[in-house]
Amino acid sequence: MLYNEPHPLEVKILTKRFGLPNSASIDTFLATEGYKGFEKALTMTPDAIINEVKASGLRGRGGAGFSTGMKWSFLPRNSPKPKYIMVNADESEPGTCKDRLLIEYDPHSLIEGMLIAALAAGSNLGYIYIRGEYRYLIDIMDRAIVEARERGFLGNNIKGSEFSFDCHTHSGAGAYECGEESALLESFEGKRGIPRIRPPFPAVAGAYQCPTVLNNVETFCSAPPILLMGAQAYAGLGTPKNGGTRLFCLSGHINKPGVYELPMGFPLMRMIEEVGGGMRGGKKLKAVIPGGSSCPVLKADECDVLMDFDSLAAAQSMLGSGGVVVMDEDTCMVKAALRIMRFYAHESCGWCIPCREGTTWLKKLLTRFHEGMGQRSDIILIGDLAKNMLGRTFCPLGDAAALPTISIVEKFTEEFEAHLEGRPCPYEHASQLVRA
Amino acid sequence: MTFSPEMEARFAAMLLKYPEGRQRSALVPMLLYAQDEVGAVTPEVVNEVARRVGVDPLQVDEVLTYYSMLHRQKWGRKHLQICTNISCLLVGGEELWHQACKKLGIGHREVTADGEISLEEVECIGACSWAPAIQVNYDFYHNVTPEKLDELIDTMGKKS
Repeated sequence: MLYNEPHPLEVKILTKRFGLPNSASIDTFLATEGYKGFEKALTMTPDAIINEVKASGLRGRGGAGFSTGMKWSFLPRNSPKPKYIMVNADESEPGTCKDRLLIEYDPHSLIEGMLIAALAAGSNLGYIYIRGEYRYLIDIMDRAIVEARERGFLGNNIKGSEFSFDCHTHSGAGAYECGEESALLESFEGKRGIPRIRPPFPAVAGAYQCPTVLNNVETFCSAPPILLMGAQAYAGLGTPKNGGTRLFCLSGHINKPGVYELPMGFPLMRMIEEVGGGMRGGKKLKAVIPGGSSCPVLKADECDVLMDFDSLAAAQSMLGSGGVVVMDEDTCMVKAALRIMRFYAHESCGWCIPCREGTTWLKKLLTRFHEGMGQRSDIILIGDLAKNMLGRTFCPLGDAAALPTISIVEKFTEEFEAHLEGRPCPYEHASQLVRA
Repeated sequence: MTFSPEMEARFAAMLLKYPEGRQRSALVPMLLYAQDEVGAVTPEVVNEVARRVGVDPLQVDEVLTYYSMLHRQKWGRKHLQICTNISCLLVGGEELWHQACKKLGIGHREVTADGEISLEEVECIGACSWAPAIQVNYDFYHNVTPEKLDELIDTMGKKS
Protein backbone atom coordinates (compact mmCIF):
# COMPACT_ATOMS: atom_id res chain seq x y z
CA MET A 1 0.00 0.00 0.00
CA LEU A 2 1.27 3.46 -0.87
CA TYR A 3 1.53 6.14 1.79
CA ASN A 4 -0.20 8.71 -0.39
CA GLU A 5 -2.05 8.79 -3.70
CA PRO A 6 0.15 9.62 -6.69
CA HIS A 7 -0.63 12.89 -8.50
CA PRO A 8 -1.18 13.16 -12.29
CA LEU A 9 1.48 15.90 -12.54
CA GLU A 10 4.16 13.52 -11.29
CA VAL A 11 6.87 12.32 -13.67
CA LYS A 12 7.56 8.76 -12.60
CA ILE A 13 11.22 7.98 -13.14
CA LEU A 14 12.46 7.03 -9.69
CA THR A 15 9.02 6.06 -8.47
CA LYS A 16 7.93 4.04 -11.48
CA ARG A 17 7.85 0.81 -9.46
CA PHE A 18 6.04 2.33 -6.46
CA GLY A 19 2.73 0.58 -6.05
CA LEU A 20 3.54 -2.41 -8.27
CA PRO A 21 2.81 -5.77 -6.64
CA ASN A 22 5.95 -7.01 -4.81
CA SER A 23 7.78 -3.94 -6.08
CA ALA A 24 10.80 -4.71 -3.87
CA SER A 25 11.36 -8.18 -5.36
CA ILE A 26 14.02 -8.84 -7.96
CA ASP A 27 11.45 -10.42 -10.30
CA THR A 28 9.39 -7.23 -10.44
CA PHE A 29 12.60 -5.27 -10.85
CA LEU A 30 13.87 -7.39 -13.75
CA ALA A 31 10.47 -7.26 -15.44
CA THR A 32 10.61 -3.45 -15.43
CA GLU A 33 14.03 -2.79 -17.03
CA GLY A 34 15.84 -3.52 -13.76
CA TYR A 35 19.65 -3.81 -13.97
CA LYS A 36 19.48 -2.69 -17.64
CA GLY A 37 21.22 0.59 -16.86
CA PHE A 38 23.98 -1.37 -15.15
CA GLU A 39 24.30 -3.77 -18.08
CA LYS A 40 24.74 -0.78 -20.35
CA ALA A 41 27.38 0.66 -17.99
CA LEU A 42 29.23 -2.68 -18.13
CA THR A 43 29.97 -1.97 -21.80
CA MET A 44 31.27 1.54 -21.09
CA THR A 45 34.59 2.89 -19.80
CA PRO A 46 34.65 4.54 -16.34
CA ASP A 47 35.23 7.92 -18.00
CA ALA A 48 32.26 7.43 -20.30
CA ILE A 49 30.03 6.61 -17.32
CA ILE A 50 31.24 9.67 -15.41
CA ASN A 51 30.75 11.90 -18.46
CA GLU A 52 27.24 10.59 -18.90
CA VAL A 53 26.38 11.37 -15.28
CA LYS A 54 28.00 14.81 -15.60
CA ALA A 55 26.01 15.56 -18.75
CA SER A 56 22.76 14.52 -17.09
CA GLY A 57 22.96 17.53 -14.75
CA LEU A 58 22.33 15.26 -11.75
CA ARG A 59 23.08 17.10 -8.52
CA GLY A 60 23.30 15.54 -5.05
CA ARG A 61 19.88 14.86 -3.61
CA GLY A 62 21.08 14.84 0.01
CA GLY A 63 20.98 18.61 0.18
CA ALA A 64 24.19 20.20 -1.05
CA GLY A 65 23.32 19.90 -4.75
CA PHE A 66 26.86 19.27 -5.93
CA SER A 67 27.30 17.76 -9.40
CA THR A 68 27.35 13.98 -8.97
CA GLY A 69 29.47 13.36 -12.06
CA MET A 70 32.05 15.86 -10.80
CA LYS A 71 32.09 14.19 -7.39
CA TRP A 72 32.72 10.80 -9.02
CA SER A 73 35.48 12.28 -11.19
CA PHE A 74 37.48 13.40 -8.11
CA LEU A 75 38.20 9.80 -7.16
CA PRO A 76 41.88 8.89 -7.69
CA ARG A 77 41.21 5.71 -9.67
CA ASN A 78 44.92 4.88 -9.92
CA SER A 79 45.32 4.82 -6.15
CA PRO A 80 46.54 1.41 -4.95
CA LYS A 81 44.07 1.56 -2.06
CA PRO A 82 40.67 -0.15 -2.19
CA LYS A 83 37.81 2.11 -3.24
CA TYR A 84 34.48 2.10 -1.47
CA ILE A 85 30.91 2.98 -2.41
CA MET A 86 29.02 4.48 0.54
CA VAL A 87 25.30 5.18 0.52
CA ASN A 88 24.03 7.83 2.87
CA ALA A 89 20.64 6.50 4.00
CA ASP A 90 20.82 8.38 7.29
CA GLU A 91 17.81 10.44 6.24
CA SER A 92 17.10 12.76 9.18
CA GLU A 93 16.69 16.31 7.89
CA PRO A 94 13.37 17.47 9.38
CA GLY A 95 10.76 17.55 6.62
CA THR A 96 12.38 14.76 4.60
CA CYS A 97 10.95 11.26 4.16
CA LYS A 98 11.82 10.16 0.62
CA ASP A 99 14.82 7.82 0.84
CA ARG A 100 12.67 5.67 3.07
CA LEU A 101 10.26 5.07 0.20
CA LEU A 102 12.98 4.40 -2.36
CA ILE A 103 14.40 1.59 -0.22
CA GLU A 104 11.01 0.26 0.81
CA TYR A 105 9.60 0.02 -2.71
CA ASP A 106 12.66 -0.26 -4.92
CA PRO A 107 15.76 -1.51 -3.06
CA HIS A 108 17.24 -3.03 -6.22
CA SER A 109 17.43 0.35 -7.92
CA LEU A 110 19.76 1.42 -5.10
CA ILE A 111 21.94 -1.66 -5.65
CA GLU A 112 21.95 -0.91 -9.38
CA GLY A 113 23.01 2.69 -8.71
CA MET A 114 25.83 1.44 -6.49
CA LEU A 115 26.95 -0.99 -9.20
CA ILE A 116 27.13 1.83 -11.75
CA ALA A 117 29.12 4.01 -9.33
CA ALA A 118 31.39 1.04 -8.58
CA LEU A 119 32.12 0.57 -12.28
CA ALA A 120 32.97 4.25 -12.57
CA ALA A 121 35.16 4.19 -9.46
CA GLY A 122 36.80 0.80 -9.83
CA SER A 123 35.30 -0.32 -6.53
CA ASN A 124 34.50 -3.84 -5.36
CA LEU A 125 32.77 -3.13 -2.07
CA GLY A 126 30.00 -0.86 -0.85
CA TYR A 127 27.98 -0.12 2.27
CA ILE A 128 24.54 1.34 2.89
CA TYR A 129 24.49 3.39 6.11
CA ILE A 130 20.83 3.34 7.20
CA ARG A 131 19.58 5.32 10.16
CA GLY A 132 18.82 3.08 13.15
CA GLU A 133 15.17 4.08 13.34
CA TYR A 134 14.60 2.63 9.85
CA ARG A 135 15.10 -0.96 11.06
CA TYR A 136 12.50 -2.41 8.70
CA LEU A 137 14.39 -0.94 5.76
CA ILE A 138 17.56 -2.75 6.82
CA ASP A 139 15.60 -6.00 6.61
CA ILE A 140 14.19 -5.10 3.17
CA MET A 141 17.62 -4.09 1.92
CA ASP A 142 19.27 -7.25 3.30
CA ARG A 143 16.71 -9.41 1.45
CA ALA A 144 17.35 -7.50 -1.78
CA ILE A 145 21.11 -7.97 -1.41
CA VAL A 146 20.64 -11.75 -0.98
CA GLU A 147 18.39 -11.85 -4.08
CA ALA A 148 20.93 -9.88 -6.11
CA ARG A 149 23.70 -12.29 -5.09
CA GLU A 150 21.55 -15.30 -6.00
CA ARG A 151 20.84 -13.89 -9.45
CA GLY A 152 24.46 -12.97 -10.07
CA PHE A 153 24.16 -9.17 -9.88
CA LEU A 154 26.45 -9.07 -6.85
CA GLY A 155 29.53 -11.22 -6.33
CA ASN A 156 32.51 -12.23 -8.41
CA ASN A 157 32.64 -11.80 -12.20
CA ILE A 158 29.18 -10.30 -12.43
CA LYS A 159 27.33 -11.45 -15.57
CA GLY A 160 30.49 -13.06 -16.91
CA SER A 161 32.49 -9.83 -16.78
CA GLU A 162 35.78 -9.00 -15.08
CA PHE A 163 33.86 -6.87 -12.60
CA SER A 164 33.22 -7.99 -9.01
CA PHE A 165 31.22 -6.11 -6.41
CA ASP A 166 29.40 -6.80 -3.17
CA CYS A 167 27.59 -4.62 -0.64
CA HIS A 168 26.24 -4.68 2.91
CA THR A 169 23.88 -2.70 5.13
CA HIS A 170 25.17 -0.84 8.18
CA SER A 171 22.90 0.49 10.95
CA GLY A 172 23.26 3.88 12.58
CA ALA A 173 21.91 4.45 16.09
CA GLY A 174 20.26 7.86 16.16
CA ALA A 175 22.30 10.93 15.23
CA TYR A 176 21.37 13.63 12.70
CA GLU A 177 25.00 14.63 12.48
CA CYS A 178 25.87 11.27 10.93
CA GLY A 179 24.11 12.42 7.75
CA GLU A 180 27.05 14.78 7.24
CA GLU A 181 29.42 12.81 5.06
CA SER A 182 32.58 12.94 7.15
CA ALA A 183 30.70 12.30 10.41
CA LEU A 184 28.99 9.37 8.69
CA LEU A 185 32.38 7.90 7.86
CA GLU A 186 33.58 8.28 11.47
CA SER A 187 30.41 6.60 12.68
CA PHE A 188 30.84 3.84 10.10
CA GLU A 189 34.31 3.19 11.48
CA GLY A 190 32.82 2.63 14.95
CA LYS A 191 33.43 6.02 16.50
CA ARG A 192 31.47 9.04 17.66
CA GLY A 193 29.98 10.83 14.66
CA ILE A 194 32.23 13.85 14.75
CA PRO A 195 32.99 15.56 11.44
CA ARG A 196 36.45 15.50 9.91
CA ILE A 197 38.25 18.55 8.71
CA ARG A 198 38.02 18.76 4.92
CA PRO A 199 39.90 18.63 2.62
CA PRO A 200 40.72 15.86 2.08
CA PHE A 201 37.23 15.02 0.90
CA PRO A 202 35.82 11.47 0.99
CA ALA A 203 36.63 11.03 -2.71
CA VAL A 204 40.30 11.02 -1.71
CA ALA A 205 40.23 9.89 1.94
CA GLY A 206 36.87 8.43 2.91
CA ALA A 207 36.10 5.10 4.59
CA TYR A 208 39.28 3.80 6.26
CA GLN A 209 41.06 6.76 4.60
CA CYS A 210 40.48 5.14 1.20
CA PRO A 211 38.90 6.78 -1.87
CA THR A 212 35.13 6.68 -1.40
CA VAL A 213 32.10 7.60 -3.50
CA LEU A 214 29.57 8.88 -0.98
CA ASN A 215 26.10 9.92 -2.13
CA ASN A 216 22.53 10.06 -0.95
CA VAL A 217 20.11 7.17 -1.69
CA GLU A 218 18.12 9.16 -4.25
CA THR A 219 21.32 10.23 -6.03
CA PHE A 220 22.40 6.60 -6.51
CA CYS A 221 18.86 5.63 -7.58
CA SER A 222 19.02 8.31 -10.28
CA ALA A 223 22.03 6.69 -11.99
CA PRO A 224 20.20 3.72 -13.59
CA PRO A 225 17.56 5.87 -15.36
CA ILE A 226 20.32 8.22 -16.58
CA LEU A 227 22.19 5.33 -18.18
CA LEU A 228 18.98 3.86 -19.52
CA MET A 229 17.37 6.94 -21.05
CA GLY A 230 20.59 8.79 -21.83
CA ALA A 231 21.99 11.93 -20.26
CA GLN A 232 20.27 14.32 -22.64
CA ALA A 233 16.78 12.93 -22.13
CA TYR A 234 17.26 12.90 -18.37
CA ALA A 235 18.65 16.44 -18.27
CA GLY A 236 15.76 17.63 -20.43
CA LEU A 237 13.26 16.69 -17.73
CA GLY A 238 14.52 19.49 -15.50
CA THR A 239 15.80 23.04 -15.90
CA PRO A 240 19.27 24.05 -17.13
CA LYS A 241 22.01 22.68 -14.81
CA ASN A 242 19.33 20.96 -12.76
CA GLY A 243 18.73 17.67 -14.52
CA GLY A 244 15.96 15.19 -13.97
CA THR A 245 13.27 14.75 -11.40
CA ARG A 246 13.39 14.56 -7.65
CA LEU A 247 11.21 13.44 -4.79
CA PHE A 248 9.57 16.33 -2.98
CA CYS A 249 8.21 15.65 0.50
CA LEU A 250 5.21 17.89 1.09
CA SER A 251 4.19 18.32 4.72
CA GLY A 252 2.47 20.79 7.01
CA HIS A 253 -0.77 22.67 6.48
CA ILE A 254 -1.83 21.32 3.10
CA ASN A 255 -4.69 19.08 2.07
CA LYS A 256 -2.66 16.32 0.44
CA PRO A 257 0.72 15.99 2.07
CA GLY A 258 2.84 13.28 0.52
CA VAL A 259 5.99 12.39 -1.40
CA TYR A 260 5.71 13.32 -5.08
CA GLU A 261 8.19 12.95 -7.92
CA LEU A 262 8.28 16.15 -9.95
CA PRO A 263 10.66 17.63 -12.49
CA MET A 264 13.41 19.86 -11.16
CA GLY A 265 12.27 23.46 -11.50
CA PHE A 266 8.59 22.71 -10.81
CA PRO A 267 6.93 25.92 -9.51
CA LEU A 268 6.51 25.97 -5.73
CA MET A 269 3.04 27.51 -5.80
CA ARG A 270 1.75 24.82 -8.16
CA MET A 271 3.28 22.24 -5.86
CA ILE A 272 1.27 23.63 -2.95
CA GLU A 273 -1.96 24.41 -4.76
CA GLU A 274 -2.24 21.59 -7.29
CA VAL A 275 -0.10 18.67 -6.16
CA GLY A 276 -0.61 19.34 -2.46
CA GLY A 277 -4.30 20.11 -2.89
CA GLY A 278 -4.06 23.65 -1.53
CA MET A 279 -4.05 25.00 2.00
CA ARG A 280 -5.85 23.04 4.69
CA GLY A 281 -9.12 24.56 5.85
CA GLY A 282 -8.88 27.34 3.26
CA LYS A 283 -6.31 29.15 5.41
CA LYS A 284 -3.84 31.65 4.00
CA LEU A 285 -0.24 30.68 3.31
CA LYS A 286 2.28 32.28 5.67
CA ALA A 287 5.64 30.66 5.02
CA VAL A 288 7.38 27.69 3.41
CA ILE A 289 10.56 25.85 4.30
CA PRO A 290 11.55 24.77 0.78
CA GLY A 291 14.11 22.03 1.39
CA GLY A 292 14.28 20.72 4.94
CA SER A 293 14.57 22.61 8.21
CA SER A 294 18.07 23.95 7.55
CA CYS A 295 16.91 26.18 4.68
CA PRO A 296 16.00 29.85 5.04
CA VAL A 297 12.22 30.23 5.23
CA LEU A 298 10.32 31.83 2.34
CA LYS A 299 7.50 34.27 3.09
CA ALA A 300 4.24 33.73 1.23
CA ASP A 301 5.06 36.53 -1.22
CA GLU A 302 8.44 34.93 -1.99
CA CYS A 303 6.94 31.58 -2.97
CA ASP A 304 6.59 32.38 -6.64
CA VAL A 305 9.78 30.45 -7.31
CA LEU A 306 10.95 27.44 -9.31
CA MET A 307 12.08 24.47 -7.27
CA ASP A 308 15.62 23.92 -8.50
CA PHE A 309 18.98 24.54 -6.83
CA ASP A 310 19.79 27.74 -8.72
CA SER A 311 16.35 29.39 -8.55
CA LEU A 312 16.19 28.88 -4.80
CA ALA A 313 19.75 30.12 -4.35
CA ALA A 314 18.70 33.25 -6.27
CA ALA A 315 15.78 33.56 -3.82
CA GLN A 316 18.38 33.35 -1.00
CA SER A 317 17.21 29.99 0.17
CA MET A 318 18.09 26.38 -0.73
CA LEU A 319 16.51 23.37 -2.39
CA GLY A 320 18.22 21.16 0.18
CA SER A 321 16.81 17.69 0.66
CA GLY A 322 13.41 18.31 -0.93
CA GLY A 323 11.43 18.63 2.30
CA VAL A 324 8.76 21.25 1.62
CA VAL A 325 7.14 22.32 4.90
CA VAL A 326 4.08 24.53 4.41
CA MET A 327 2.88 26.82 7.21
CA ASP A 328 -0.44 28.65 7.34
CA GLU A 329 -1.47 32.00 8.83
CA ASP A 330 -2.07 30.51 12.31
CA THR A 331 1.53 29.36 12.69
CA CYS A 332 3.61 31.08 15.34
CA MET A 333 6.94 31.75 13.66
CA VAL A 334 8.68 32.27 17.00
CA LYS A 335 7.59 28.80 18.00
CA ALA A 336 8.68 27.39 14.63
CA ALA A 337 12.11 29.00 15.06
CA LEU A 338 12.33 27.65 18.59
CA ARG A 339 11.40 24.09 17.62
CA ILE A 340 13.93 24.09 14.80
CA MET A 341 16.64 25.40 17.14
CA ARG A 342 15.78 22.84 19.84
CA PHE A 343 16.50 20.22 17.20
CA TYR A 344 19.89 21.61 16.22
CA ALA A 345 20.91 22.13 19.85
CA HIS A 346 20.04 18.47 20.51
CA GLU A 347 21.89 17.24 17.44
CA SER A 348 25.00 19.42 17.64
CA CYS A 349 27.83 16.96 18.21
CA GLY A 350 29.56 19.43 20.53
CA TRP A 351 32.88 19.16 18.75
CA CYS A 352 33.23 22.81 17.80
CA ILE A 353 32.30 25.68 20.04
CA PRO A 354 30.38 28.09 17.75
CA CYS A 355 27.85 25.35 17.03
CA ARG A 356 27.65 23.80 20.50
CA GLU A 357 27.35 27.14 22.31
CA GLY A 358 25.53 28.98 19.54
CA THR A 359 22.67 26.48 19.24
CA THR A 360 22.30 26.25 23.02
CA TRP A 361 22.22 30.01 23.52
CA LEU A 362 19.80 30.49 20.65
CA LYS A 363 17.54 27.83 22.11
CA LYS A 364 17.56 29.65 25.45
CA LEU A 365 16.86 33.02 23.84
CA LEU A 366 14.03 31.68 21.70
CA THR A 367 12.49 29.79 24.62
CA ARG A 368 12.53 32.96 26.70
CA PHE A 369 11.03 34.90 23.84
CA HIS A 370 8.23 32.47 23.20
CA GLU A 371 7.35 32.51 26.90
CA GLY A 372 6.88 36.28 26.73
CA MET A 373 10.04 37.10 28.70
CA GLY A 374 11.99 38.42 25.73
CA GLN A 375 13.46 41.87 25.47
CA ARG A 376 13.46 44.09 22.41
CA SER A 377 17.26 43.91 22.25
CA ASP A 378 17.01 40.10 22.04
CA ILE A 379 15.62 40.41 18.51
CA ILE A 380 18.93 41.87 17.35
CA LEU A 381 20.90 39.52 19.59
CA ILE A 382 19.28 36.42 18.07
CA GLY A 383 20.19 37.60 14.57
CA ASP A 384 23.73 38.57 15.58
CA LEU A 385 24.40 35.32 17.39
CA ALA A 386 23.17 33.26 14.45
CA LYS A 387 25.19 35.29 11.94
CA ASN A 388 28.31 34.76 14.03
CA MET A 389 27.94 31.01 13.59
CA LEU A 390 27.89 31.19 9.79
CA GLY A 391 30.98 29.71 8.22
CA ARG A 392 32.68 29.28 11.59
CA THR A 393 31.94 25.64 12.23
CA PHE A 394 33.64 22.38 11.26
CA CYS A 395 30.64 21.10 9.36
CA PRO A 396 27.44 22.55 7.89
CA LEU A 397 25.34 21.90 11.02
CA GLY A 398 26.19 25.35 12.35
CA ASP A 399 24.95 27.01 9.17
CA ALA A 400 21.94 24.69 9.12
CA ALA A 401 20.94 25.99 12.55
CA ALA A 402 21.72 29.64 11.84
CA LEU A 403 20.12 30.09 8.40
CA PRO A 404 16.46 29.37 9.26
CA THR A 405 16.79 31.43 12.45
CA ILE A 406 18.19 34.46 10.65
CA SER A 407 15.48 34.25 7.99
CA ILE A 408 12.66 33.97 10.53
CA VAL A 409 13.85 36.76 12.80
CA GLU A 410 14.40 39.09 9.83
CA LYS A 411 11.26 38.26 7.87
CA PHE A 412 8.87 37.95 10.81
CA THR A 413 10.24 40.60 13.18
CA GLU A 414 6.71 41.77 13.96
CA GLU A 415 5.87 38.35 15.40
CA PHE A 416 8.79 38.63 17.78
CA GLU A 417 7.57 42.07 18.78
CA ALA A 418 4.11 40.67 19.43
CA HIS A 419 5.60 38.37 22.08
CA LEU A 420 7.24 41.24 24.01
CA GLU A 421 6.33 42.55 27.47
CA GLY A 422 4.95 39.34 28.87
CA ARG A 423 2.23 39.01 26.26
CA PRO A 424 1.08 35.43 25.72
CA CYS A 425 1.78 33.88 22.33
CA PRO A 426 -0.88 35.39 20.05
CA TYR A 427 -1.17 32.13 18.11
CA GLU A 428 -1.73 29.67 20.93
CA HIS A 429 -5.41 30.58 21.07
CA ALA A 430 -5.89 30.40 17.31
CA SER A 431 -4.22 27.01 17.03
CA GLN A 432 -6.27 25.58 19.87
CA LEU A 433 -9.45 26.69 18.16
CA VAL A 434 -8.44 24.93 14.98
CA ARG A 435 -7.68 21.71 16.78
CA ALA A 436 -10.66 21.78 19.15
CA MET B 1 28.26 -13.47 27.72
CA THR B 2 26.27 -15.07 24.92
CA PHE B 3 23.22 -13.91 23.02
CA SER B 4 20.38 -15.90 21.45
CA PRO B 5 21.42 -18.24 18.60
CA GLU B 6 19.78 -15.88 16.07
CA MET B 7 21.69 -12.91 17.45
CA GLU B 8 24.94 -14.88 17.57
CA ALA B 9 24.47 -15.73 13.89
CA ARG B 10 23.75 -12.07 13.11
CA PHE B 11 26.86 -10.93 14.96
CA ALA B 12 29.06 -13.53 13.27
CA ALA B 13 27.83 -12.32 9.86
CA MET B 14 28.18 -8.69 10.92
CA LEU B 15 31.88 -9.04 11.73
CA LEU B 16 32.47 -10.53 8.29
CA LYS B 17 30.91 -7.54 6.51
CA TYR B 18 33.95 -5.37 7.10
CA PRO B 19 37.45 -5.76 5.66
CA GLU B 20 40.04 -7.70 7.65
CA GLY B 21 41.23 -5.65 10.61
CA ARG B 22 38.28 -3.22 10.40
CA GLN B 23 35.93 -5.06 12.78
CA ARG B 24 35.53 -1.93 14.88
CA SER B 25 33.03 -0.84 12.21
CA ALA B 26 30.58 -3.34 13.73
CA LEU B 27 30.57 -1.44 17.02
CA VAL B 28 27.53 0.81 16.61
CA PRO B 29 25.23 -1.73 14.92
CA MET B 30 26.27 -4.46 17.35
CA LEU B 31 25.48 -2.26 20.34
CA LEU B 32 22.03 -1.45 18.94
CA TYR B 33 21.11 -5.06 18.21
CA ALA B 34 22.52 -6.23 21.56
CA GLN B 35 20.46 -3.56 23.29
CA ASP B 36 17.33 -4.78 21.49
CA GLU B 37 17.83 -8.21 22.98
CA VAL B 38 19.08 -7.31 26.47
CA GLY B 39 16.87 -4.22 26.92
CA ALA B 40 19.74 -1.84 27.67
CA VAL B 41 23.44 -1.38 27.08
CA THR B 42 24.51 -2.93 30.38
CA PRO B 43 28.14 -3.00 31.56
CA GLU B 44 28.21 -6.66 30.49
CA VAL B 45 27.11 -5.68 26.97
CA VAL B 46 29.80 -3.00 26.85
CA ASN B 47 32.53 -5.47 27.82
CA GLU B 48 31.27 -8.17 25.48
CA VAL B 49 30.93 -5.91 22.44
CA ALA B 50 34.34 -4.37 23.19
CA ARG B 51 35.89 -7.84 23.20
CA ARG B 52 34.18 -8.87 19.97
CA VAL B 53 35.13 -5.82 17.93
CA GLY B 54 38.58 -5.53 19.51
CA VAL B 55 38.47 -2.22 21.36
CA ASP B 56 38.72 -1.11 24.96
CA PRO B 57 35.45 -0.94 26.98
CA LEU B 58 36.16 2.74 27.53
CA GLN B 59 36.06 3.28 23.77
CA VAL B 60 32.64 1.62 23.71
CA ASP B 61 31.42 3.94 26.47
CA GLU B 62 32.69 6.90 24.51
CA VAL B 63 30.71 5.85 21.46
CA LEU B 64 27.60 4.80 23.33
CA THR B 65 27.06 8.22 24.90
CA TYR B 66 26.98 9.87 21.48
CA TYR B 67 24.01 8.05 19.91
CA SER B 68 20.51 8.92 21.04
CA MET B 69 19.08 5.44 20.42
CA LEU B 70 21.60 3.78 22.74
CA HIS B 71 20.79 3.79 26.44
CA ARG B 72 22.17 2.29 29.63
CA GLN B 73 18.81 2.49 31.37
CA LYS B 74 16.23 -0.21 30.76
CA TRP B 75 13.29 1.01 28.65
CA GLY B 76 9.78 -0.38 28.88
CA ARG B 77 8.78 -3.46 26.90
CA LYS B 78 7.09 -0.95 24.61
CA HIS B 79 9.03 2.23 23.94
CA LEU B 80 6.70 4.98 22.73
CA GLN B 81 8.45 7.67 20.71
CA ILE B 82 6.55 10.79 19.74
CA CYS B 83 7.94 13.18 17.16
CA THR B 84 7.36 16.88 17.82
CA ASN B 85 9.71 18.21 15.16
CA ILE B 86 8.51 20.86 12.73
CA SER B 87 6.27 18.84 10.36
CA CYS B 88 4.66 16.96 13.23
CA LEU B 89 4.44 20.09 15.39
CA LEU B 90 2.36 21.85 12.71
CA VAL B 91 -0.31 19.15 12.75
CA GLY B 92 -0.61 18.27 16.42
CA GLY B 93 2.52 16.36 17.42
CA GLU B 94 3.02 18.44 20.54
CA GLU B 95 -0.55 17.84 21.66
CA LEU B 96 0.03 14.09 21.24
CA TRP B 97 3.14 14.39 23.36
CA HIS B 98 1.27 16.11 26.22
CA GLN B 99 -1.56 13.61 25.92
CA ALA B 100 0.83 10.66 26.26
CA CYS B 101 2.61 12.22 29.26
CA LYS B 102 -0.70 12.78 31.00
CA LYS B 103 -2.16 9.39 30.23
CA LEU B 104 0.95 7.46 31.25
CA GLY B 105 1.88 9.75 34.13
CA ILE B 106 5.52 9.84 33.02
CA GLY B 107 7.77 12.26 31.16
CA HIS B 108 10.62 12.29 28.67
CA ARG B 109 12.78 9.14 28.88
CA GLU B 110 10.82 7.77 31.82
CA VAL B 111 9.31 4.34 32.41
CA THR B 112 5.93 3.43 33.94
CA ALA B 113 6.05 1.93 37.44
CA ASP B 114 5.26 -1.56 36.10
CA GLY B 115 8.17 -1.28 33.66
CA GLU B 116 5.88 -1.92 30.68
CA ILE B 117 5.95 1.36 28.79
CA SER B 118 8.58 4.05 28.35
CA LEU B 119 8.15 7.40 26.68
CA GLU B 120 10.43 9.63 24.66
CA GLU B 121 9.98 12.88 22.76
CA VAL B 122 12.02 12.26 19.62
CA GLU B 123 13.42 14.30 16.77
CA CYS B 124 12.34 13.82 13.14
CA ILE B 125 11.76 10.12 12.39
CA GLY B 126 11.28 10.58 8.64
CA ALA B 127 7.51 10.43 8.40
CA CYS B 128 6.89 14.14 7.76
CA SER B 129 4.38 13.71 4.94
CA TRP B 130 2.26 11.42 7.11
CA ALA B 131 2.50 13.49 10.27
CA PRO B 132 1.94 13.44 13.13
CA ALA B 133 3.96 10.26 13.47
CA ILE B 134 5.10 8.07 16.29
CA GLN B 135 7.16 4.92 16.67
CA VAL B 136 6.59 2.06 19.09
CA ASN B 137 9.89 0.21 19.26
CA TYR B 138 10.64 0.03 15.51
CA ASP B 139 7.05 0.21 14.22
CA PHE B 140 5.79 3.39 12.59
CA TYR B 141 2.32 4.85 13.12
CA HIS B 142 1.29 7.61 10.73
CA ASN B 143 -1.39 10.32 10.73
CA VAL B 144 -1.94 9.71 14.43
CA THR B 145 -5.02 11.30 15.99
CA PRO B 146 -5.61 11.74 19.73
CA GLU B 147 -8.13 8.88 19.54
CA LYS B 148 -5.65 6.57 17.80
CA LEU B 149 -2.98 7.37 20.38
CA ASP B 150 -5.38 6.65 23.25
CA GLU B 151 -6.29 3.33 21.74
CA LEU B 152 -2.66 2.46 21.05
CA ILE B 153 -1.58 3.17 24.62
CA ASP B 154 -4.47 1.07 25.92
CA THR B 155 -3.38 -1.93 23.83
CA MET B 156 0.30 -1.40 24.67
CA GLY B 157 -0.43 -1.83 28.37
CA LYS B 158 -1.80 -5.31 27.76
CA LYS B 159 0.80 -8.06 27.76
CA SER B 160 1.04 -9.71 24.37
